Amino acid sequence: MRALKFMRKQSQRKRNRVLITGNEAIGEAAIKAGCYFYAGYPITPQNELTAYMAKKMHEENRVFIQAESELAAVNMVFGASAAGMRAMTSSSSPGISLKQEGISYLAGCQLPAVIVNVMRGGPGLGNIGPSQSDYFQATKGGGHGDYRLIVLAPSSVQESFDLTFLAFDLADKYRNPVMILSDAFLGQMAESAVIKSQERSIKNLKVKKDWILSGAKKRKPNIIRSLLLEEGALEKHNVLLQRKYKEIEKKEVRYEEINTEDAEIIFVAYGISFRIAKEAAHLLPMNVGIFRPITLWPFPYDALRRISNKRKVFVFELSAGQMLEDVCLSVGDRDKVFFYGRTGGEIFNEKELANFVLSKL
Amino acid sequence: MKIKFKRPRALRDIPTHYCPGCGHGIIHRLVAEIVEELNIRERTIGIAPVGCAVLAYDYWDFDCSEAAHGRVLAVATGIKRCRPDCVVFTYQGDGDLAAIGTAETIHAANRAENLTCIFVNNAVYGMTGGQMAPTTVVGQKTTTTPSGRDPHRGEGYPLRIIEMLALLKGVVYADRVCVASPSDVVSAKKAIKQAFVNQIEGKGFSIVEVLSQCPTIWRMLPENAVKWVKEEMVKFYPLGRIK
Repeated sequence: MRALKFMRKQSQRKRNRVLITGNEAIGEAAIKAGCYFYAGYPITPQNELTAYMAKKMHEENRVFIQAESELAAVNMVFGASAAGMRAMTSSSSPGISLKQEGISYLAGCQLPAVIVNVMRGGPGLGNIGPSQSDYFQATKGGGHGDYRLIVLAPSSVQESFDLTFLAFDLADKYRNPVMILSDAFLGQMAESAVIKSQERSIKNLKVKKDWILSGAKKRKPNIIRSLLLEEGALEKHNVLLQRKYKEIEKKEVRYEEINTEDAEIIFVAYGISFRIAKEAAHLLPMNVGIFRPITLWPFPYDALRRISNKRKVFVFELSAGQMLEDVCLSVGDRDKVFFYGRTGGEIFNEKELANFVLSKL
Repeated sequence: MKIKFKRPRALRDIPTHYCPGCGHGIIHRLVAEIVEELNIRERTIGIAPVGCAVLAYDYWDFDCSEAAHGRVLAVATGIKRCRPDCVVFTYQGDGDLAAIGTAETIHAANRAENLTCIFVNNAVYGMTGGQMAPTTVVGQKTTTTPSGRDPHRGEGYPLRIIEMLALLKGVVYADRVCVASPSDVVSAKKAIKQAFVNQIEGKGFSIVEVLSQCPTIWRMLPENAVKWVKEEMVKFYPLGRIK
């Protein structure tokens, strides 16, 4: 609900409606959010974003680097963030796997950063079709150690813009990496979207951070580290991290619900699957409520538990059933939850979903 | 009374974790002396590697960061591009710079990043107990080359990475020194200082390879270890400026 309020507030601002792809909307949002540093490596289907950043960052006199690998890109972002700048990297599934090492270090060192995953089919090299099969990787860890990413899942080009803008603020607020979980479909399709005129000024962002590396002038040296060898030190650090995650779970849960009060059955879907599920609901003779997690972590467990109350729940994902596990945790009763998914870069259509629902009633 | 010699301001007054006879302590001190002499402590940012020098930031008294194994020059790139007025240097071992981080090393150098890279080559992985490094010399025994490194058994040749880097246009300075004797330490300091000055003058990528003794892993007395540097190691890694 928070995201919706956020979007509404934004739309009241000066309107600037354009036709733009999801990938480019993410890039434009980063520019507007004051992203000073971007590093990326080519991979389909996110190349439009890298190209957009190459052009725009240069125009804005900021830093764009085409890195030698995804590993280097995420570690450059680590450095830029340590230096106090808003920084972003993007990739698609196989490249995000490579970035996991750096993401774990970002989390361990409490460095803010935005990481964009425009998901494609896997596992392995997979294919370049749309997929949602990196849900586990994004929400349950991905890299080593006890850490969490804030994971935001846009379902439109507009939201690709809005949530990316939000991602930079959340990253700074919690000193934590934030992931935008998009997919090949959302990234490549163009929709009209309002690009807000509001901008975060790079200069003002710098002063708020007292932990950054900028030279130890008139202060004690700052050290960015996650290595804590003394007995008990790492556990103490991890307890602090967990406390932060608890706070995020309390304050940052975002979701959208449509028609859930009078509904006979509930659909749960995020991202591009939500768009298709919404169409499928129109084809069905009964009242269908739709629940869409916007933050995949923190997952809206409580809201979904409340809404699902004794009703059948249908989960639609472009995966073999990953968010499904969180839905089952929310609902509690596995027998009430039905799953339909496609994998390997294939996508379902609304008729397919409607027929599945009818077969289960 | 005039003080002729003291601990540099950029070096903290605490004992290090290094083994007796290790070269790291000397090289740390050289960096601190240079930072003081150039009066750049308040704008210096160091990046420690993974390896024996992983705790270098505990010993220096200026801003520092850690980096994932091999990613030091990528992290340095991010910092320097965002803080061009700061003096950013990396301190890396042979495993970090010439094995797991080879891509980061070559590409940071090739982009002519305005950075100072101090490359400490002791021909082994010290922190992990003495495995073969990319720079382990032919015949050298390590825990993973128990009968001596043998290129004909697929264990490869000692990697002369700064000679490779010297081929790149982005590299302005590549020098090889050692810290095996007082006069070597003086030369080493001169070279490292040059690498810092190059950055301050905006010249591009400078790298100094420092051959460093590791008596513990080499299973030698410290005096024999410095002798081994001067007599054996330099056969594979000739001292002197390459570029």
